[in-house]
Amino acid sequence: MQWETVIGLEVHVQLATQSKIFSGSSAAFGAAANTQADIVDLALPGTLPVANLQAFKSAIMFGLAIDAEIGKESVFERKNYFYPDLPKGYQTTQLEKPIVGLGHIAIPTETEGEIKQVRIHHAHLEEDAGKSLHEDFHGMSGIDLNRAGTPLIEIVSEPDMRSSTEAIAFLKKVHAIVTYLGISDGDMSQGSLRCDANVSIRPMGEETLGTRTEIKNLNSFRFIERAIHVEVDRQIDLLESGGEVKQETRLYDSDKNETRSMRSKEEANDYRYFPCPDLLPVIIDDQTIDELRAIMPELPEQKLQRFQEQFSLSAYDASILTEQRSIADFFETTADNCGDAKLSANWVMGELSGHLNKHDLNIEQSPVSADQLAQLISRIKDNTISGKIAKQVFEAMCANEGSADDIIEAKGLKQVSDSGAIEAMVDEVINSSPDQVAQYRAAEPDKRKKLIGFFVGQVMKVSKGQANPGQVNQILAKKLND
Amino acid sequence: MKPLHELTLAEIQSLLQQKQLSSREITQHYLDRIAQQNSTYNCYISIDDQGALSAADAADAAIAGGANGALLGVPFAHKDIFCTQGIKTTCGSKMLDNFIPPYDATVVAKMKADGAVMLGKTNMDEFAMGSSNETSYFGAVKNPWDLDTVPGGSSGGSAAAVAARLAPAATGTDTGGSIRQPAALCGITGLKPTYGRVSRYGMIAFASSLDQAGPMTRTAEDAALLLNSMSGHDAKDSTSTDIAVPDYTATLNQPIKGLKIGLPKEYFDDRLDTAMASKVQAALAELEKLGAVLVDIELPNSALSVPAYYVIAPAEASSNLSRFDGVRYGYRCENPKDLEDLYTRTRTEGFGDEVKRRILVGAYALSAGYYDAYYRKAQQVRRLIKQDFVSAFEKVDIIAGPTSPSPAFKFGEKGDDPVAMYLEDIYTIAVNLAGLPAMSLPAGMMNNMPVGLQLVGNYFAEQQLLNAAHQFQTVTDWHQQSPVTD
Repeated sequence: MQWETVIGLEVHVQLATQSKIFSGSSAAFGAAANTQADIVDLALPGTLPVANLQAFKSAIMFGLAIDAEIGKESVFERKNYFYPDLPKGYQTTQLEKPIVGLGHIAIPTETEGEIKQVRIHHAHLEEDAGKSLHEDFHGMSGIDLNRAGTPLIEIVSEPDMRSSTEAIAFLKKVHAIVTYLGISDGDMSQGSLRCDANVSIRPMGEETLGTRTEIKNLNSFRFIERAIHVEVDRQIDLLESGGEVKQETRLYDSDKNETRSMRSKEEANDYRYFPCPDLLPVIIDDQTIDELRAIMPELPEQKLQRFQEQFSLSAYDASILTEQRSIADFFETTADNCGDAKLSANWVMGELSGHLNKHDLNIEQSPVSADQLAQLISRIKDNTISGKIAKQVFEAMCANEGSADDIIEAKGLKQVSDSGAIEAMVDEVINSSPDQVAQYRAAEPDKRKKLIGFFVGQVMKVSKGQANPGQVNQILAKKLND
Repeated sequence: MKPLHELTLAEIQSLLQQKQLSSREITQHYLDRIAQQNSTYNCYISIDDQGALSAADAADAAIAGGANGALLGVPFAHKDIFCTQGIKTTCGSKMLDNFIPPYDATVVAKMKADGAVMLGKTNMDEFAMGSSNETSYFGAVKNPWDLDTVPGGSSGGSAAAVAARLAPAATGTDTGGSIRQPAALCGITGLKPTYGRVSRYGMIAFASSLDQAGPMTRTAEDAALLLNSMSGHDAKDSTSTDIAVPDYTATLNQPIKGLKIGLPKEYFDDRLDTAMASKVQAALAELEKLGAVLVDIELPNSALSVPAYYVIAPAEASSNLSRFDGVRYGYRCENPKDLEDLYTRTRTEGFGDEVKRRILVGAYALSAGYYDAYYRKAQQVRRLIKQDFVSAFEKVDIIAGPTSPSPAFKFGEKGDDPVAMYLEDIYTIAVNLAGLPAMSLPAGMMNNMPVGLQLVGNYFAEQQLLNAAHQFQTVTDWHQQSPVTD
């Protein structure tokens, strides 16, 4: 039987606010354990939460970016359960009145050029829990509350994705939106973006949804892809061998590449949600929304459009360049400074990406700045160097040997455009290759185009690659045709 | 001159300013009385001799330097529900028997800043859950008027301390009557302010949407003095209200001629003990003599307030008390074998029966499948009750009635029947559900035990309440009666 995969995602995005969502502690990542937990985060008796307005603004901007209704009255609720890294014994979150209502996010599909809208059920604000540490405590557990109270938005999609590829595309789009907005650093390795996947299968063509499982704790694109694959395979095996899928929460084990049951529906907590009496409903007025709308940065979708129009880039190139705001910005600075968008796009996606990938660097760590790359491209454009020599110069730039101009100068890589010098080289080649010259002259005009390549190559070799290829072609054609 | 412990706050302040009395003198006098008599009443859990004396000396130095302040150098006691930096804060529970807060509650910080001298921390029902002070882990408090009877609760330690002259004034908190009912039973003056008037930051939460701190004093004038210091917006408490704090003492002496006092027929029906009814009527007659006009009103949903309260308050408490898990502070059971065991035994051993009962009731009311029938319904009832008051205050300025159904009862009398105990608060609970300010004033004696008159004001109308209460106390002397013979 042919099975269809159905996926819905719950994405947790840590907001890059200075302080935590309900306390004044720093929300920065990486400090020594428990140094960023104050008496509110520790839930000392008598302490009270005060909502961080910046977290609301971030969530509203996300809502505007996905064309969603903004909840005019936003209510925090308590989700009650006991766990040592949850100091209050409840998580302050939103349920009935979230800050962001129905919205949608467009993703590319596997069919080239086709776009699909994934519906967003809602997105809500909540606090993160701390971390339980099970190593190094000799059979006991350690608790680090630095992360407790870090603001999150949880983005809940409808089950609109049909493959792990679509799920990844969705997640990448969420990543792009939140980083474009600057509301999160989107760093998955630090847990700034995490996701749970609801996965079910159904016979192709069937409309009723199958029983779903929820896979927890997916913190990299690769794990999400693999977890969905193994879970779909598991469900298919189950159904095809006459079994049935149980509704449950499963944990993905990346070492064993398998999902395993955490708790069944029957064992699920009763969270006893109720509105948090320590926090009044937050009323969002139109003015606040308008002010935020006015400062919204350009979003991935808009940039994609603009890059195609302004720079005449293909949809493919534009979509690659806009996937990350930092890469888009790098490209745009390069293109603006050198005045050649097509060359800039090729260099950013080609040599530069290759170098960064090879050395596992992100674009912020690039050894060559956008300005420096623009200078290199300018030298190609003004015929100082050829594209081939430029790659050599780029390597030297990556090795910190100086600017493009310095390297061209120091290594004597300047293109030879002196027609006298080129003529001399052409003569040398013609004189030393009488057989090829005879063959050329005997050939039909349309065959000659092919044969001239030999002479061009020889002249370039003689010039050590520095002769201007256009001039070489021109002079060769003239002399051979004479 | 009368004995030092018979002086009101206002009188102490005046003598301190005239330098006829030093703060050390009055503080030492109270510390001596506490040392001698606390074992009789058990109204203090902790006594801070050293802290009190050094605060007194600092106040004396400030006064000598020309400083002035209504509470500067004046001794008082805090209910042991307010976090006090460096001083054990138990909330009446074994769970917090070892808890020393690293910070001051906002109320504590404000009174400290005003130079008030804290003598110690007063006993209370465990986590403020009780109407008799019998649920305290530190033992029951005895009513100074009759040592066989309860002082009321949950602020029973504060009420008894003021009545026994072991403090000239104290703070209390009131979730369903916990200031007013013990004030009534001990014959003192107690004020629960409008919800949001006093910061809840640092006050250990019982039911967050109902809890409110307030003064427990001998007189309405003293209550005004204390409220001046306690009140005000606090950025640390999102539910505190940003409305300017007036000088509550400034308007005490205004005449109350024409003041309209509403008498809810539901508070005076045949369920009210006739002896109690006659005491309340006599008190109302005094107010009438001062020119107040008595008006019959209705609060039709009154009967629903106790059931609604006993859903909402336990629901909030069940969540508020989850933090007491033995992980970070407070009681932890011996040798837990795993996490489940740590939670179960810590909470089983650390909480008393009444607290456990309310956690269970509250968790049940919030659980899936019951939420709509209990919690949501109770919130709807709460809105109806609030609406009753809003309508009533369109017709009257103040609402009056008894504070409690009866005077203080004997220890153990209601111990086996939680519902009978819950009905102690039948006249006080609706006020918390509506978030209104209310006072209890000494208004007579029944079988040698004090009874209280309750006055309920409109939102943020504490000035009007205190004015009426003070005027009442200019023509009555119930508030001057003392169970103390020395």
